[in-house]
Amino acid sequence: MSLLLTKYPMPEQEAAVRVKNFEEVALGYTPELAKAEAERCLQCKAAPCRKGCPVEVDIPAFIKEVKAGDLDGAIAKIKEVNSLPAVCGRVCPQEEQCEKYCVLAKKGEAVGIGRLERYAADTARNKGETITAIEHTAAVKKVAVIGSGPAGLAAAGDLAKKGYKVTIFEALHLPGGVLMYGIPEFRLPKDAVVQAEINNLRKLGVEIIVNAVIGSTFTVDELMEEEGYDAVFIGTGAGLPYFMEIPGENLNGVYSANEFLTRCNLMKAYRFPQSATPIHVGKRVAVVGGGNVAMDGARTALRLGAEHVSIVYRRSEKELPARLEEVHHAKEEGIEFQLLTAPTSVLGNEEGWVVGLQCVRMELGEPDASGRRRPVEVPNSEFVLDVDTVIIAIGQGPNPLVQSTTKGLETNKKGNIIAIDNGATSKPGVFAGGDIVTGAATVILAMGAGKKAAAAIDTYLQGKKECSTNAHC
Amino acid sequence: MYKILMKQQLAPNVKLLEIEAPLIARKAQPGQFVILRLNENGERIPLTIADFNREAGTVTILFQEVGASTNELGILSKGDFLLDLVGPLGKATHIEKMGTVVCVGGGIGIAPVYPIARGMKEAGNEVISIIGARSKDILIYEEEMEAVSNELIITTDDGSKGRKALVTEPLKELLNSDKTIRLVVAVGPVIMMKFVAETTRPYGVPTVVSLNPIMVDGTGMCGGCRVLVGNENKFACVDGPEFDGHKVDFDVLMSRQRMYKLHEKEYSSYHAGKREGECKCHSY
Repeated sequence: MSLLLTKYPMPEQEAAVRVKNFEEVALGYTPELAKAEAERCLQCKAAPCRKGCPVEVDIPAFIKEVKAGDLDGAIAKIKEVNSLPAVCGRVCPQEEQCEKYCVLAKKGEAVGIGRLERYAADTARNKGETITAIEHTAAVKKVAVIGSGPAGLAAAGDLAKKGYKVTIFEALHLPGGVLMYGIPEFRLPKDAVVQAEINNLRKLGVEIIVNAVIGSTFTVDELMEEEGYDAVFIGTGAGLPYFMEIPGENLNGVYSANEFLTRCNLMKAYRFPQSATPIHVGKRVAVVGGGNVAMDGARTALRLGAEHVSIVYRRSEKELPARLEEVHHAKEEGIEFQLLTAPTSVLGNEEGWVVGLQCVRMELGEPDASGRRRPVEVPNSEFVLDVDTVIIAIGQGPNPLVQSTTKGLETNKKGNIIAIDNGATSKPGVFAGGDIVTGAATVILAMGAGKKAAAAIDTYLQGKKECSTNAHC
Repeated sequence: MYKILMKQQLAPNVKLLEIEAPLIARKAQPGQFVILRLNENGERIPLTIADFNREAGTVTILFQEVGASTNELGILSKGDFLLDLVGPLGKATHIEKMGTVVCVGGGIGIAPVYPIARGMKEAGNEVISIIGARSKDILIYEEEMEAVSNELIITTDDGSKGRKALVTEPLKELLNSDKTIRLVVAVGPVIMMKFVAETTRPYGVPTVVSLNPIMVDGTGMCGGCRVLVGNENKFACVDGPEFDGHKVDFDVLMSRQRMYKLHEKEYSSYHAGKREGECKCHSY
């Protein structure tokens, strides 16, 4: 039998249809497609795919179960290490991780590991999973997890399974962090997937307290000294939007991607006026930036009714930091790419509304510190992009609230918490991981950091303190 | 869920709610705010904390029914619940003994100025308060302000109570008097705060204003509440809400506050239309 060199495509909504709704774009494999895709896996003994997974899911083992039609077995295998498989199956950059190392990728396309993970998780969830709560003894130790994004959820899941009493503190009114406010509904359904997976953690015994701003409602020191927590994990993410610092950024019609996406995803502004939170989308929208967040902003603007949406990015297509799949979807939906273009000012009218985006063309010069060729301005190339809404998606920094209110917690120049590989910080008993340590990255890297920290917290709480603070390691 | 323990109507359209929120009351300081949400479809509404009682575990908020969301809030009664309440948010007012401090409150802004005036008085300052409203019917917190001020000056636009003047008039007289004023704190409509800052600017008297731009999360995550202060963008939710009034660009703030005017009308008419046709039992 010859090897099939391409993945079985996953059914998805037609571009022309999906730009008019917020339903999920990708529809998931049918049982037949899943089985056929699982057949492509060679079941390599060395399993190179596993080393590409930040949480080291036993990939060949779960695919074997899918192939055999044992979906309970498949999901059990995945959940040994990954508490959020339906999320990961959707938003992990598999092409950079597990699938990159797949033997099949040398000659053709890798096995669709992400698609199979999603299939296994969705099937289990739709069928109704039985989750038994962990029983605690009175003497069990308590761990506080700050932030309920991917890092916090992963840490909480692992710690709960190890028998600790875990409480997650979330500042917003719903748990999930970037999974709720950032990633759009059409890529990651909020109720059906995110809240369902979080509810599984609750069933396991994890307590989640929303509307609790750590640094204000409680400080980390209070959690440890007064509230009886034996260890703390900080996973507060990259929640401080950067602006371009160019004229006109305060005009009406200019949004940070964080605000635009939060209004739409968390606050459900796409259902306005049924939902009370409004959102402004003009006819012509420019999204500045080339990452996944920029693609999310652009595709959201289209669905909210914008007639024309452009991505404005200062380097060329090759350097776009977004996943290929996201760029592909954006193009299919009719998003225009203004590449090698940098904004210089936002133009406004007398009433304070955006009427255009002044830009210059760029060309690529010598490589810079990041190894990418530095964009250089082309002389006399100014032009005005005719837009009435501008969404700025050029990155996020660390929110300073926890760091600035915690005694003895060291941060770097950018304000990120300094932690060693296992998450230990300069403060004994306090661990950190995810974007708050690394700067803005991916969901699965944050989950990997949460898992590592959970293991380190376990070691620390069992009294093996030699690696409890990075000062001692 | 957060229970409403007391509701009071202070003036037409101005209501006060005392809410059970022990964790917030424990930490609240003058100058800080909370964000509340009424129901699953609700907005996140930021409101300055008008008062707090640590022993009773309550916070007091005060609001004017000016739009659909505040109207819905106004319909709630004692015993009802808010779905979400988070806080205290923002930085507290810097309170210390300075000498003579003038506290200016305009309209509904008198409420948040009250705990600041009280704090300033407790710290040993001489507190002169100027409170103003359009007319005496909508003047609130007169007795409360009287109790925490060494001197209380009342102004109304129509002269129905106190002096017929804007708050800036007695303020200017104080600045011209031989009193050494160390600080002016002003909370009220943006236009009032702008003119208070313009009044004190020539005298070089430090002037603190409390800003209430449009906000979503209130923790620094969205940047929607950015205000131009000394030509630098600041987030009112985490860097403020109080800023140096001499550095704030009030015109940008006023313009940004108009961003959703059309949406507000649409929302109100959508819900007004819906209510007429349906039973009202599920609305509140």
